[in-house]
Amino acid sequence: MDNDRIDQIIDKHQGEASSLIQILLDIQSENHWLPKEALERIGEKVQVPLTRIQHIATFYKAFSLVPKGRHEIHICVGTACHVRGATRILDTVEEATGINPGETDLDLKFSLETVNCLGCCALGPVVEINGKVHGKMSPGATAEVLKNYE
Amino acid sequence: MSEIQFEIDGKEVKATEGMTILEAAQNVGIFIPTLCHHEKLEPFGGCRVCIVEVEVNGWTKLVVSCVYPVEENIIVRTRSEKVDRIRKTIIELLMAHAPDSPQLQDLAQEYGADKDRFEKDASFCIHCGLCVRYCAEVVKKNAIGFVDRGINKEISFIPEIAAKECNDCKECFPLCPTSYLQAAFVLTEALAFPPPSSEPVSEE
Repeated sequence: MDNDRIDQIIDKHQGEASSLIQILLDIQSENHWLPKEALERIGEKVQVPLTRIQHIATFYKAFSLVPKGRHEIHICVGTACHVRGATRILDTVEEATGINPGETDLDLKFSLETVNCLGCCALGPVVEINGKVHGKMSPGATAEVLKNYE
Repeated sequence: MSEIQFEIDGKEVKATEGMTILEAAQNVGIFIPTLCHHEKLEPFGGCRVCIVEVEVNGWTKLVVSCVYPVEENIIVRTRSEKVDRIRKTIIELLMAHAPDSPQLQDLAQEYGADKDRFEKDASFCIHCGLCVRYCAEVVKKNAIGFVDRGINKEISFIPEIAAKECNDCKECFPLCPTSYLQAAFVLTEALAFPPPSSEPVSEE
């Protein structure tokens, strides 16, 4: 992500220090992670010390300070999904992508994360990829869905 | 400024509006133990050691005196049986993180706290925030800040800023109740400081 695009996002929020989290969220959703250079740039532009940005960026789970894959997989391992076999789904995804929860593969294709409830327990087991919810998943169906992502 | 009259440990105390109980107590020479309080800094309410019992209209509650503004006719007790018991537990919890801190050891002796009551989690930092706030509010360099949250929260220097500013300052060092700050600085210096670019490179 280049500085011009970061400046654009900051300008969209009128460079207000109070919009710091919104700015970070915008960059996170576009770039999938927050590089140090971006944080320094924001700090300069909105006049917020880097310690404060760092505090916020590490406080919220929505932000990542390490590179994330192009596709973010969230596997629900909440109670309802768990009893419906979320562990087997997780195993399938781990096998297909070669990564464990919290990791990103070397090609930056997938990032894997477990979540504790997506709020649609009737659809369990649930897999969410790039914000799209796949319900009533089986290990076979999961492997098929993963093939659709490049 | 209107004047407020209330009672601390049976003593009539006058204070101006907006003062905290801790400030009012210190003005009349009543001692309340603190760890995260510093007169140059904004109240923080981080260590909870300055907890006191406040009676309002016959109801008592426990408040942190360093952030609780004085009110008319309240009765403050700084050493009731209940306050002492809770303060002892707070000290014991802090000692799970920093069992060898001299300040905590003094407090533990005063309140009979057992440093081994809780399982040790030697993070050494008790999150008093003195270093972070001193750097932000007094020195205004923001070389150190908190990162992460909850049980993973810790202090962290920004190496680029620390390399430039800290060697000539180090004003926060004596503030740290546990000496973890010094350790964190040495670690950052050893691991993350940018290499000095102006130094001549030996060509032998």
